[in-house]
Amino acid sequence: MDILNMTALEIGSAIKEGKITSVEATKAVLEAAKSVDEAINAYITICSAEALAKAAEADKKIAAGELKGPLAGVPIAIKDNICTKGVKTTCASKILGDFAPVYNATVVEKLEAEGAVVVGKLNMDEFAMGSTSETSYYGATKNPWDTNKVPGGSSGGAAAAVAAKEAICSLGSDTGGSIRQPAAYCGVTGFKPTYGTVSRFGLIAYASSLDQIGPVAKDVADCAAIMDVIKGKDSYDGTSLDVEYPEYLKSLNGDVKGLKIGLPTECFKTDGLDPEVSEKVKAVADTLKAMGAEVEEVSLPFLDYVIPAYYIIAAAEASSNLSRFDGVKYGFRAADYDGLVDLYNATRSEGFGNEVKKRILLGTFVLSSGYYDAYYRKALKVKAVIKQKFDEIFSKFDCIICPVAPSTAPLIGKSLADPLKMYLSDIFTVSVNIAGLPGLSVPCGFDKSGMPIGAQIIGATLSDAKVLNIGYAYQQSTEFHKSFPEVK
Amino acid sequence: MEWEIVMGLEVHVELATKTKIFCSCTTEFGGAPNTHCCPVCTGMPGTLPVLNKKVLEYAVKAGLALNCDITRYNKFDRKNYFYPDLPKAYQISQLYLPFARDGHVDLITRSGKEKTVRIHEIHMEEDAGKLIHSAFGDATFPDYNRCGVPLIEIVSEPDFRTSEEVIAYLEKLKTTFEYLGISDCKMQEGSMRADVNLSVRPKGSEEFGTRTEMKNINSFKAIERAIAFESARQIEAIEKGEKIVQETRRWDDNKGKTFAMRSKENAQDYRYFPEPDIPPISIEESTIAEYTAAMPEFAGEKVVRYGEEFGIAKADAEIIAGSKYLAKLFEETVAICNNPKEVRYWIMMQIMYFMNERGVAPEDIKLDPKKFAQFVNIVAADRINKQTGKTVFEAMFFGDDSFDVEAYIKENGLEQVDDSEAIREAVKAIFALNPATVEQYKAGQTKVVGFFVGQVMREMRGKAKPDTVNKVVAEELSKL
Repeated sequence: MDILNMTALEIGSAIKEGKITSVEATKAVLEAAKSVDEAINAYITICSAEALAKAAEADKKIAAGELKGPLAGVPIAIKDNICTKGVKTTCASKILGDFAPVYNATVVEKLEAEGAVVVGKLNMDEFAMGSTSETSYYGATKNPWDTNKVPGGSSGGAAAAVAAKEAICSLGSDTGGSIRQPAAYCGVTGFKPTYGTVSRFGLIAYASSLDQIGPVAKDVADCAAIMDVIKGKDSYDGTSLDVEYPEYLKSLNGDVKGLKIGLPTECFKTDGLDPEVSEKVKAVADTLKAMGAEVEEVSLPFLDYVIPAYYIIAAAEASSNLSRFDGVKYGFRAADYDGLVDLYNATRSEGFGNEVKKRILLGTFVLSSGYYDAYYRKALKVKAVIKQKFDEIFSKFDCIICPVAPSTAPLIGKSLADPLKMYLSDIFTVSVNIAGLPGLSVPCGFDKSGMPIGAQIIGATLSDAKVLNIGYAYQQSTEFHKSFPEVK
Repeated sequence: MEWEIVMGLEVHVELATKTKIFCSCTTEFGGAPNTHCCPVCTGMPGTLPVLNKKVLEYAVKAGLALNCDITRYNKFDRKNYFYPDLPKAYQISQLYLPFARDGHVDLITRSGKEKTVRIHEIHMEEDAGKLIHSAFGDATFPDYNRCGVPLIEIVSEPDFRTSEEVIAYLEKLKTTFEYLGISDCKMQEGSMRADVNLSVRPKGSEEFGTRTEMKNINSFKAIERAIAFESARQIEAIEKGEKIVQETRRWDDNKGKTFAMRSKENAQDYRYFPEPDIPPISIEESTIAEYTAAMPEFAGEKVVRYGEEFGIAKADAEIIAGSKYLAKLFEETVAICNNPKEVRYWIMMQIMYFMNERGVAPEDIKLDPKKFAQFVNIVAADRINKQTGKTVFEAMFFGDDSFDVEAYIKENGLEQVDDSEAIREAVKAIFALNPATVEQYKAGQTKVVGFFVGQVMREMRGKAKPDTVNKVVAEELSKL
């Protein structure tokens, strides 16, 4: 069987039917990683021995009927900012280069309990700060569609590994678009759930109020299956929501009849929006319309404010969250220092990369006395307004559809040279995090150079099942998500 | 010029929850370094704080007992600073919305002065760890056992004028929290810590002087000394024409002086912002009503009741009610033996003596009220006299669970002797042993009667009933 071309659910079924074993599936992924990852650099750590042992265990339990879930025995790769017990979790940073947590993230615990097999840890922008996966201390990840281009970020490894078929599916994290944008750039499906749907325990925080773990996979059904495993209230995360969660996979029925879809006017008028992207994303709405949905224009009047509000909130929280990396307790410590303050300075100067330092400085600045009211407090007000506006929109619409990014993947080296432009390219994704909404990125075509384009489906808080179902319906009548690159 | 001291207090109180504020580690004092901690309280990457509901309950109860307005919509904030005892490099605290505000405490000082001190606010926060400096070389080792122990910080208005008021306030907080069962308030173990903001001004002036904040004051005695030193230092400086610098000063108990730590100019910018990992917490009206209804009887109310119900003098009642543990012992013992006067007597005479002279802490008193009541009944029935009673009480007080009052009296033959003939024999024997004193009596020196009584008591090993001894001695003397 052609394991690498199968979806996670197909592999899960094949294992249960005895057509393949978890060990075979795991081996196939590990071998693929061995052969293509030199070109892609999607993995920071590959845990072959551990994965094969876990796969063998899963096979036994599946045979004994102890594991029955749709993902039992299925290999999965994990972004390297999600803690894995005894396995290095670096956040793609020098400062955590040798850090192996003594605990698993809740999502990892849940996946392992389901019988999914963790095959490795995925590359990313350092501490998830970036839109290109170039800021990793362990080298940039390449886009499998064109290795001269970035895979997007920060979950670039998560998206590139799936696109390059060196992972069946993966977990990423999304603070301002970090799942959806690389999924779009790499032509795979990525889902950022409602804030609080998935436990953040064990996710090394970038911006706590915005971070959310989510799946990257070959299609929406796989994303829904993963969501079914990782969702839920966690007693280790006070911000996880104590609500009744639907069965996401079971609720996929492909029916969009009568749903009201909004196309945000401002999004399609944004400066720098590639006309090809605009056209393909609008075509998604047309497809859904043909399936029975109603499409109408809608206004997002706050779009000009989302980038500044996002970067203030995210940087402020990051400056605090990253303070614990001080060389005292774990991770990297500078070799030479003179006294305590110098230990901090030397460790952090040598241990963090430039993008991280930039955001720590920005965050420290916006929180400092005298500036708090001018920046942080104001950003929180913008956040409240954005939430309220979205509430109004979703009282009338089932979802809105807009681009994930203004263009397809840029060339490596280009974005970091013009950081402001890079920050502005987050314009379609960050408001979803600010408002805590679910957002799905689905492949919807290719530009002239053959690079994939992603469309974003955004829904109301806790309408994750509906958003996934709309994406599922779209994928039922399109083939874009079935295209994969030949990695050269 | 006559000067007035103006003080405000910031009191940190450790809440006596079994587990820490954001994880399930024990709050127990001590322990080998880094054995009472976990990935959460050591701030390991990816871990998250989850609020211990008990902390909120204890905190709100403290706020209600100090007559505060309770914030219905609560949030935590992060206070950011780098220090090796703070593993996350921020302390989770409350800046913008403290859980309690605008309270007051009514005090009576030792010299009987009444005073009301206003509470500005109370907030919740987590404790930091401690650093152990190596005795060999320049190494420092962090111990994170205290990290995440729940604290409340009670910030008063600048209403204190004397150290007597400060001490009365701290004692009041201690007994109030003891009665609530929310803290043991041990200054020596750091479960209650007071920072004193102090300034001086010419008496009669309305304006505040520049204040300093004193830290590291670890006992009531130290507070008195620190206030005396710092106020004198400020007055002397001002009289010399110097300016007081607004700064934090460390009290050195050995040197008996305060030393500058950091000035306002060098003050850290803590970059407070709302803690995103802990969702806002609403306190329901019904919860507040429930806690209010369940408030215990506090010391002040007990003093009144002890007077009315048991006829206990106010001064004694204040001492007994001043400790939850003494009050409990008193009330439970009285409930059994129904003899409040006698119970009061033994608490005031013996237990206070053990506390003052032998360092017994009220919370460590193990005395079983049943035994205490049995003892009181024996004394009240005149079966042992007060002098022997002291011996028995001490044995009982420090004895273990197996101590039996009756058996102890019997084994040591301590039961009071009311046998006139036995006492008469003893009197005669004493007369025979002290012919010179007998002669003195005959010569009219009546004050030697006391000597004879004492000698007879000794001869009877303290067991004789004093009244009978007096009577028989008088009879025998009259026969001379």
